[in-house]
Amino acid sequence: MTIQFNDETFRDDYSFHNSDRAIQRFPFPFHEDSYMYSVNMERHKGGPEGSVYEMRFDVDEHYLAEMKDRAMVLAEDPLRCQSLPHMTLAGWDLLELIMVSKSEDYPDLFELHREGSNWRWINRPMGIDQSFVFMDEASLPYGPMEYITRQAQGDFCILDQRDDNLWMDAGMVTTQADWSLDFDIGMNFFEWHAPVPKAHEMGIFVRALKFLLNIQQGSPARRLNWTLTVNPLLDTSPENYHKWGVQKTTLTPENLGRKQHLRVELQTFFRLPRSNALVFPIRCYLIAFEDLVSVPKWGRRLHRVLRDIPDELATYKGFIDNRPMLVDYLSQYDDGAETSPGVWPD
Amino acid sequence: MSAGTDKLAVTVTNIVPLNDLVTRFEFQRSDGGELPTFSGGAHTVVEMRDGDITRLNPYSLMSDPMDQSTYAISVRRDDAGRGGSLFMHNRVRVGDRMVISYPVNLFSLDLRARKHLMIAGGIGITPFIAQIKQLAATGGRFELHYAARSAALASYADELTAHHPNNVSIYHDDQAQAIDLVHLLDGQPLGTHLYVCGPKGMIDWVRAKAADLGWPREAVHYEEFLAPQSGKPFEVKLALSNKVIEVGEHQSLLEAIEAAGVDAPYLCRGGACGQCETDVIGYDGKFIHRDHWLDDEEKASGKKIMPCVSRFEGKTLVLDR
Repeated sequence: MTIQFNDETFRDDYSFHNSDRAIQRFPFPFHEDSYMYSVNMERHKGGPEGSVYEMRFDVDEHYLAEMKDRAMVLAEDPLRCQSLPHMTLAGWDLLELIMVSKSEDYPDLFELHREGSNWRWINRPMGIDQSFVFMDEASLPYGPMEYITRQAQGDFCILDQRDDNLWMDAGMVTTQADWSLDFDIGMNFFEWHAPVPKAHEMGIFVRALKFLLNIQQGSPARRLNWTLTVNPLLDTSPENYHKWGVQKTTLTPENLGRKQHLRVELQTFFRLPRSNALVFPIRCYLIAFEDLVSVPKWGRRLHRVLRDIPDELATYKGFIDNRPMLVDYLSQYDDGAETSPGVWPD
Repeated sequence: MSAGTDKLAVTVTNIVPLNDLVTRFEFQRSDGGELPTFSGGAHTVVEMRDGDITRLNPYSLMSDPMDQSTYAISVRRDDAGRGGSLFMHNRVRVGDRMVISYPVNLFSLDLRARKHLMIAGGIGITPFIAQIKQLAATGGRFELHYAARSAALASYADELTAHHPNNVSIYHDDQAQAIDLVHLLDGQPLGTHLYVCGPKGMIDWVRAKAADLGWPREAVHYEEFLAPQSGKPFEVKLALSNKVIEVGEHQSLLEAIEAAGVDAPYLCRGGACGQCETDVIGYDGKFIHRDHWLDDEEKASGKKIMPCVSRFEGKTLVLDR
C-alpha cells in the first residue's frame, strides 16, 4: 500500500483535508447515541484491515504535514519536549519500539538494520538515513525520545512507574487538547487528572490507574478520547490559547460545517521493556463536520450525543457556548432513524 | 479488565547445577526468534505440565536483560514444598519444550536513585544479578550485600565478586558473618535507594531498621514472593461460572479455579501484586489469609481473598468468579 501524503497546513490558511479513504477510516468514538466516561480499554493487537487500529503506530496521509507542524511548534517553544534525567533509558525503549514497529508494519516506508549496537534507520517519506549507536546519545542529533518522536505522528508521554503510581516524567507534546507538558511534568496520575470533572467521583481514575499499572510487555492496550476543535488546529495548547481560543467565536451557521472539527485521540499504552516505564502515545485525528455527516450513521449519532451531553462535560471540553449552533447544524442530518450499535459505518 | 500476560514458547537449552540446592535453567525461543528485552528485577511465570496438574511458578530472570538470545532462571529445590521446584529439578531435561510468560517486573529499579544499595539473602540474589547487569551497562552506581548459609550455597558469589570486586560483599552464616545493617544504612549518600530480596525475616528486619533510621518509604523496595502452602482440602462455589470446585491439599485456590477452566487474573502468584483479588459473596468458616496485599481490615472483613496463596477452612465459600 502506498500512501499519498497531503501537502497541507494546520495553521494560517488551514489547508488540512481528509481524503475519502481518510473519512471512511476515521476513528468515530461513539458506540451508542450517548456519551459518559468509562474505562473503555481494549487490547491493542491489530484491528480491521485498513483501520487506524491495524498497525502499532498508524501512518496516514497527514504524516509529513504533521511532522512539519511539530517542527514549527518546537522551534517556537522547546519546552514542548522534555525528559527528566532518569528517563533516558525509556527514551531508547521508545525509539526501539517505534523503529521496530514501523519497519515491520510499513517496510516500503521505513527500514531498520541492526548489527549489535550499530543501527541504521531509513525513513523514506522524510528523506532520513541515519546510522547511530544504540544507547549512545552522542550518535544522534537529539536525545532518543526527541529524535524518534520528531518522526512519529501524535503526542507521546512517557510515564515512570514507581510507588504504585505513574509519573509524567518525559514527553513530546505538540498536538494536545488544551493541556501542557511543561505544567504537568513530574506530576503523578491523580495530580495531572485533577481538572477533569465528574470522573473522580465515579472512581474512574482509581480503576484506570490499576489497569495501567498492570499493562505488561507484549500486551499493549488502547482507548479513544474526544473533544471538539474549531479549525483544524493540531496545537491547541494552553501556551497558545490566546491564538486559538478566540477562533471559537468565529463560528457561524454558514461556516460551521467546514470549520468545526471532531477531534479524536487514539490513546495507546505500551510497557517499555528496558526501563519498565509506560509509554502513552496520544494520536490526534481531525474531521470536519461536513465530512463527518457524509456517513449518515455518524451524523445522526453525533447530533444526539452533543444534544444530550451533561453541561459539565460540554464546559470541560470547551464547546458549551457553541453547543446550540452545533446541535442546530447537526439536526439537519438526524432523521430520527435508529442507529446500529458500534462505531462502524453501516 | 484483566491485563494478563502473553506467553512465550521456549526450549530448555542448558541445565547447570550450581550446588546442592540451586540449579540454573536456560531457555531459548523454540521458533528461533529473539526473546524480548526486560528490566532488571523482572520475573517470568513458568508453566509445568506435571501429570494432570499444571503448575505456574514465578522465577526471577537472572540473565542479562539486554541479551535477547537466552533467558536464565535459578531454582532452589524445596523438598518440603508443593512440588514445583522438585519438578524443575527432577523432571526437566535439556531439549524440553516449555511455556513461560512475558517478563513482568514488580521489583524494578528506581532509576532516579543516585545509588542502588542491594541486600540479598540466599536465592533472593537472582533479581539483583539482572539488575547489576543492567546497571553495569548503563553506568549506574550500586553496592550489593549478599548473605548465604555457607560458601558452598552462595550461588553466583564468586562470579559477582570477580566482576565487581569493589561493589560486592558476601556474608556466610556458618562463619558467623552478618551484615552490619545499622552502620551500612547510616553511611549512605542522599538519594540512595534500598532494595531487599530474601527470606521474610530478612525483609522485615531491613524494612524495620530503615524505617527506624528515617529512610523515606519510597526509597525502600522489597520483593517477597510467597510460595502457596499446602493445607486441608476445601470446597468452593464459583458464582459467576456456576461451578463447584474442590481445592486439593497441595493445590492453591487459584490453581483449582484454573483447573476448572475458569479464567482468573494473576501476575505474581505470590500474594504481592493484587491482581488476583477476588470478592467473597458468602462464607461459613474461617479464612487463612497469607498475602501481603489485603490490609488487616480487609482480611477481617470476610469480603476479599487472594486465591494465589490464601486458603479457607469451613463449610461453604462462595466467590464472585
